Amino acid sequence: MISRIYVMPKKIENKADSYLIDSKLSKKELQKLAEALANPILENYYIDSFPTKELSLKFSYAIEIGFLPGVTDNVGQTVKEIATDLFHLKKSSDFHVYTSKILFVESNKLADAQKIAMTLHNPLIERAFIAKVENKSMSLPMKAPKVVLEKKKPVINVLFEVEDEELIKIGREGIMDENGGRRGPLALDLDSMKVIKTHFEKLKRNPTDIELESLAQTWSEHCKHTIFANPIDDIKDGLYKTYIKGATNLIREKKGKKDFCVSVFSDNSGGIVFDDDYLITHKVETHNSPSALDPFGGAITGIVGVNRDTIGFGLGAKPVANVYGFCFGFPDDERKFFRDKNLTQPMLSSRRIIDGVIKGINVGGNCSGIPTLSGFVKFDDRYRGKPLVFAGTVGLIPRKLNGREMHEKRARAGDYIVVVGGRVGKDGIHGATFSSVVMDSNSPATAVQIGDPITQKKLSDAIVKEARDLDLYNSITDNGAGGLSCSVAEMAKECGGAKVFLDKAPLKYPGLQPWEIWISESQERMTLSVPKGKWGKFQKLMESRGVEATVIGEFTNSGKCIVEWKGKVIMNIDLEFLHNGLPKHNLITSSVMQTPPNPPLIKGRAKGEMYTKIFENLLADKNISGFSFISEQYDHEVQGSSVLKPLSGPGKINTDAQVFCPVLNSKKGVVLSSGICPSYGDVSTYHMATCALDTAVRNAIACGGTLSHLAILDNFCWCSSNDQKRLAQLVESVKACYDGAVSYGTPFISGKDSMFNDFKGYDEKGNPVAISIPPTLLISAISVMPDIYKTVSPEFKNSGDAIYLLGETHDELGVPKVDFEKNLKTYLALEKAIQKELVASSISITSGGFAVALAKACVGGMLGCKVSLNQIALKALSVETKLFSESQGRILVSVSLKKTKQFEKLCASVAFTKLGKTNKSPARNALHNNAGGGRITIMDGKDKIVETNVKKLHKIYHNFSDEMK
Amino acid sequence: MKSKKPKIIILSGYGLNCEEETKFAFESAGGEADIVHINDLIAKPKMLSKYQILVFPGGFSYGDDTGSGKAYANKLKNHLSKELAEFLSRDTLAIGICNGFQIMTNLGILPRALAHNKNGKYIDRWVDLETHSARQDLAESPWLKGIEKISLPIAHGEGHYVASKKDYENLKKNNQIAFTYAKGEIYKFQNLEYNPNGSDYDIAGVLAYNGRVLGMMPHPERAMFSHQSPLWYKNKKVSKEGAGLQIFKNAVNYFLKK
Repeated sequence: MISRIYVMPKKIENKADSYLIDSKLSKKELQKLAEALANPILENYYIDSFPTKELSLKFSYAIEIGFLPGVTDNVGQTVKEIATDLFHLKKSSDFHVYTSKILFVESNKLADAQKIAMTLHNPLIERAFIAKVENKSMSLPMKAPKVVLEKKKPVINVLFEVEDEELIKIGREGIMDENGGRRGPLALDLDSMKVIKTHFEKLKRNPTDIELESLAQTWSEHCKHTIFANPIDDIKDGLYKTYIKGATNLIREKKGKKDFCVSVFSDNSGGIVFDDDYLITHKVETHNSPSALDPFGGAITGIVGVNRDTIGFGLGAKPVANVYGFCFGFPDDERKFFRDKNLTQPMLSSRRIIDGVIKGINVGGNCSGIPTLSGFVKFDDRYRGKPLVFAGTVGLIPRKLNGREMHEKRARAGDYIVVVGGRVGKDGIHGATFSSVVMDSNSPATAVQIGDPITQKKLSDAIVKEARDLDLYNSITDNGAGGLSCSVAEMAKECGGAKVFLDKAPLKYPGLQPWEIWISESQERMTLSVPKGKWGKFQKLMESRGVEATVIGEFTNSGKCIVEWKGKVIMNIDLEFLHNGLPKHNLITSSVMQTPPNPPLIKGRAKGEMYTKIFENLLADKNISGFSFISEQYDHEVQGSSVLKPLSGPGKINTDAQVFCPVLNSKKGVVLSSGICPSYGDVSTYHMATCALDTAVRNAIACGGTLSHLAILDNFCWCSSNDQKRLAQLVESVKACYDGAVSYGTPFISGKDSMFNDFKGYDEKGNPVAISIPPTLLISAISVMPDIYKTVSPEFKNSGDAIYLLGETHDELGVPKVDFEKNLKTYLALEKAIQKELVASSISITSGGFAVALAKACVGGMLGCKVSLNQIALKALSVETKLFSESQGRILVSVSLKKTKQFEKLCASVAFTKLGKTNKSPARNALHNNAGGGRITIMDGKDKIVETNVKKLHKIYHNFSDEMK
Repeated sequence: MKSKKPKIIILSGYGLNCEEETKFAFESAGGEADIVHINDLIAKPKMLSKYQILVFPGGFSYGDDTGSGKAYANKLKNHLSKELAEFLSRDTLAIGICNGFQIMTNLGILPRALAHNKNGKYIDRWVDLETHSARQDLAESPWLKGIEKISLPIAHGEGHYVASKKDYENLKKNNQIAFTYAKGEIYKFQNLEYNPNGSDYDIAGVLAYNGRVLGMMPHPERAMFSHQSPLWYKNKKVSKEGAGLQIFKNAVNYFLKK
């Protein structure tokens, strides 16, 4: 029987929640359930009929927004749990609930209601229904949006005795279904298809659909990182092995006994030493393509997904911090794009992508009880087609427990293959292969998923807080890209084989075909290898924590990955071929594109007023100004660990690095920071990469990080990676990574790449449009500091403190070049000064140069200052260069007058300039009154070149954020 | 004077997530705290009788789906009503922090309800609070001894305490208002709205059972250390202990001093 429960807030008259319930509950039981769903102080509830008489006086239409069949409905899941607990329903009993939101509109024009409905829902995942609100009733459909799947033959053999043309087509568009439709991209090129053909010819049979899909997943760019693995030009071992891993190996060797790397590149995250008892892990992922289609779902899946890279590190690390990074089109970009020529598949607006992504990280992080500490946001028109959504997680894991090294794991032949967490649905099919190609009208909607942070929180707690410490399993990994096909095959490497009874996998709804179950990326699942003798205890524990756990097979040492479906073998592939059969391509690059000369920022010499204006405008730039509207909606204080927060000082500036204390009774801290400079890449991707690396390191050192205990992570987001020129740019930037890492002795411990961030579609007039992101490299840094009490925040603290600039300023209004050797000395000097507690404030100089750093330090501390640029450089530089050059390796610090002597002595061997002082009259209350203490004056010789005040700058700095609130 | 440490039970499960730091706070204050999954308590409800302090920590139980605290409260009502009533009838203490407070209002242990913040958004920042020592009309409680003004962080989406004028008068009359949002150090430091979620009559925490039961939206366990305060960087030379710890110490001392 189908009924509806409506819950309506008493104070808000234009909204209601609806729960469509398909069950065998009696009227009385429904009443009881409704009581459980409404808080009588805040809400009223109604069953089946809605009191429309009064509503109809004011409103004409009701818009109902619900999910499309099969899309994760988290609230629905909770209602199901409430009902199950309330009525002691058995698990198998028929109870289904579909939630939706109802909004009432005043306008009596249907067209208006339709317009509003369009802005309220995303047709890729949601449905909208518009009903007239009438005096007597309002007719919303009483039909359950159930998933109904067409009955299909479970397994088909794919004919391989075909022409190359057909092989190409299969690789590009997918296997042909019984009814002639294609199943979606395999992203296998002709060479790969031919290798598969030869392999199966030897076996004298055709591959089954599940075998081919499985190979496509395992061999995908997303999983195998072929561009980084393949030989390229004369680099025989490929970019990754030669430069990324190569740098780490060299650094570890040089460090000898001081090497702090423990588990790098081999696991779901990279792990380094925290102290004698713990390791910390870090991993940063991207979730770009899904976020373009469904920003909320894409981002939340991204963050809860990377949490599983932490839970899946070693035998399970506990997530202790989240990080994020967003590259968006500008929020006011009104351009309209479509994925198809007929203009029926509109792309979401820039603002909706921004809002949805921000909310996705909000819900994913906040609901998981993991502090979201560190983040950045960048804007560029070229991120309008595909936004970049970086999501990362830091984990904490004991080094030893139960006599085991916790970062090591090994499935053993004879262990059960156990899946825990969510169930399998059609969501996320072809996610791995989809993200390995250009996004266009063929992009499958099933590639979009919505994360369920609570299911994962239960799973995470049960694993890393209980089962792990009880020593109940031998190995664990995440079900991410490629789903079971990748996680089982990956773990099978540890023992040499696996046998899966796929019909045992728990499903969200019946009717899925075996290949779909095998590769589905349905979220919140981990795969474990549980010894048979421990299964009983494991199962009981999971059940008591509300976590579903199912045995789906057994690990073996047969050398094969075998999958059965209802007693029949449907997949039988050699592990060797599955993992290593992918043919190598020799990639070739062609010379890097012509680079434009450094753009001069300002022509001619300008007077004081003009510099002030430029200075203020720069601070208002969306790529420079504050984003407290994001930082404040992310819980960064859960777990009680925060030390240097995302916002600092009375003026609440965004910090460039954050510090937290993951073990509450230890004074050791973890420093997180990042560097990203996509705009430099237009001129040189080599310098873009060195600047990103230098910035990440500098940001970490500026607040108290330790250079000798600092590791870095790389995230390459590239575009059109089939283009030889783009590949040449990639090679340049990877070489830069090597140079930087080796110079600083900061090893790479983990990385990820996303190589096809291109959008191909149409504008409003149906003209083809292609938007590719600028080549983008994110370097993330993680460092351990010995004593959190020595952390230095970026804002000026006290009136009368001396202001110093550390590092050299060069004529670099365009793209700066990094001098690693000089910068290294500067950083070591600063590190020492911070350890000796000589520094009152310290801010890294990044976008906008010295002037912007000065402005931020003033705004953060709500203090004015007077500085002179006379001594800033040895060479004669123009005023604008002194103000705005983005030369790397520089930090702006303030030092109490009592300590300047000691500070200067310590910095004697590095370049530093004393610039002036913070203002004497404190501007603590500058926000409340107009006291003049907040004046900011910059002199060049006798010329006053900038004059403004901190109150004004505070307003400018926060203006963008206030607009976005 | 007995010196046996009081035993504290901190509930967990289904998305509650502040249990570990809350345990740390109670233990730093001298108590002996256990984290117990709600399903383990349901399986052995009698264990509640060996505890003196019951804690509903912060978190996101059931993801706030259908309204914050509702689903977790339903589960408690379905299985543990009798045991909870028995616990509260003894000379015990109980506290609900943030989501724990929302759970306790849904259970009816604490009065009224919490609705969405006035701007509709989740917010994480620090606030200032006042207690009875600062405002005569607020109530006394063993939890609040020696606290006049205190600054703590909030982090919630549904923290707007809902009370009509009549409710407010009743709450005052019955000595049930523990904390109000106020203009204090943080307000002066960062010039922020002092009552960011729009709580009626600035109410941030309430009491029941003669002050033995406290519910509050701000998180004292996130103010255990002085370095957690945004004010710390201005003056690092202070005691390492944060203001929030006093609340936990008060609870522990209530039993130690008996």
